[in-house]
Amino acid sequence: MEQAATQVLRKTPLNARHRASGARMVAFSGWDMPVEYSGIVQEHMAVRTRAGVFDVSHMGEIEIAGKDALAAVQRISSNDASRLQVGQAHYSGLMTPHGSFVDDLLVYRLAPNHFLLVVNAGNIEKDYVWIAGHIQPVGDAVAVDASSRYALIAVQGPESLAILQSLTAVDLAGIKYYWFAHGEVAGVRATISRTGYTGEDGFEIFLPPHASDRVWQALLEAGKRVDLIPCGLGARDTLRLEASMRLYGNDIDETTTALEADLGWIVGWKKDDFIGAAVLREQKAKGVERRIVGFEMLDRGIARHGFDVYVDGERAGAVTSGTQTPYLKKAIGMAYLPTDRTAPATEFEIDIRGRRSRARVVPMPFYKREGRAKTDRSVAPHG
Amino acid sequence: MASFPATFKYTKDHEWIELAGDRGKVGITDYAQQQLGDVVYVELPEVGTKLKQGQSFGTIESVKAVSELYSPVSGEVVEVNAGLKDKPETVNSNPHGSWMIVVKLTNPGETEALLDSAHYADLVK
Repeated sequence: MEQAATQVLRKTPLNARHRASGARMVAFSGWDMPVEYSGIVQEHMAVRTRAGVFDVSHMGEIEIAGKDALAAVQRISSNDASRLQVGQAHYSGLMTPHGSFVDDLLVYRLAPNHFLLVVNAGNIEKDYVWIAGHIQPVGDAVAVDASSRYALIAVQGPESLAILQSLTAVDLAGIKYYWFAHGEVAGVRATISRTGYTGEDGFEIFLPPHASDRVWQALLEAGKRVDLIPCGLGARDTLRLEASMRLYGNDIDETTTALEADLGWIVGWKKDDFIGAAVLREQKAKGVERRIVGFEMLDRGIARHGFDVYVDGERAGAVTSGTQTPYLKKAIGMAYLPTDRTAPATEFEIDIRGRRSRARVVPMPFYKREGRAKTDRSVAPHG
Repeated sequence: MASFPATFKYTKDHEWIELAGDRGKVGITDYAQQQLGDVVYVELPEVGTKLKQGQSFGTIESVKAVSELYSPVSGEVVEVNAGLKDKPETVNSNPHGSWMIVVKLTNPGETEALLDSAHYADLVK
């Protein structure tokens, strides 16, 4: 059983709702969060086949505004924010000077000189300090930790558009993937973003905290018809892993670079200098010694985070994420391997509680929904 | 409210044992399966394995966690429920019917120390 945390856990505005609904709660990144409502497999399958709703209000929101806001974002964020139109968002990284991750994040362009950065719950303070310190020399731009001003609810799954559409006048079909719009949901002012962390179509809804429960209840009511169910962080993790999205703290951190994490597509190679650019450009030119791979188990067992990986009998790294996926019904995971051993079908071994078990490199994403336009770049965030 | 069969004995580690003469069927409780969530693997010992009371006889793995299985009694494994290999999810759907092993007890006096259903229900209340 979980040990009682000695620290005081933070609560989202929906905490009382989760508890009253009988969700199983856990401590996650300093927050008291629902890990499951009806069961991870059931919740996972609901999102793959119908719809699920998640409270992700623990995520942090940092706003950057001012005449030089774009230059500030360009300096601290790896992706090229000059390519974002107002109303558009992208996945990016806050990089260290070594090209590794302070955090991964979504960058929203709210106005020409106003950006919203959505960051991981466990990194809010660290990111804010990092950002505020590094944008100071840029000029007229200020960063504000606005996390307490937002609740965030995700509705994900093939039915999510129809469910949400019944609660808003905003034309949801008109919002493209990784774009957002402002409007009302169930009478509450909201920003509706066509994003998610499940590999499924869906929306993330930014809300005033005090009104979030009203929207949560309205979504559950509107979703009854198609059996929308509330989901916890457990299913969020299995869904994101099946979709090959990286999890900060597991698959990426301050020791792994964007190229090692196979996230070169979130680096704005053509833009001017940014933190980490020199190392990343050098790695791009020379190549990296190790790279993340997706794997599936050949032997029985689940390879979990931290389990040792062996190549030719030598310890070569560790599993960064691993689970049994409810939809694909396979044991899958991610690990860093020497670059010359990352080709699909390469076999290696993982120590599962003292037993060397065979695994095989497979292409990512493990799961890709049908009907998505163009390439799925195994879009990422967020823990 | 979970109900725990009065004919079983229980451990504090959430195993049950159904005794019949010098043999006992062993499984995990409804409470344990709820805590684990969706079970995906059950790893059980070979027939003939000798166990001491409280010794691990296998592992059970759910989507979110792995747990050891502990023998409620000392004895020898005389039967293993091979059906759980292909259908581990029956531990979730029917925990008190999904026996894992049958143990031939070597020290029946040990069962005195196990919990009855009322005490076990109190423990997990």
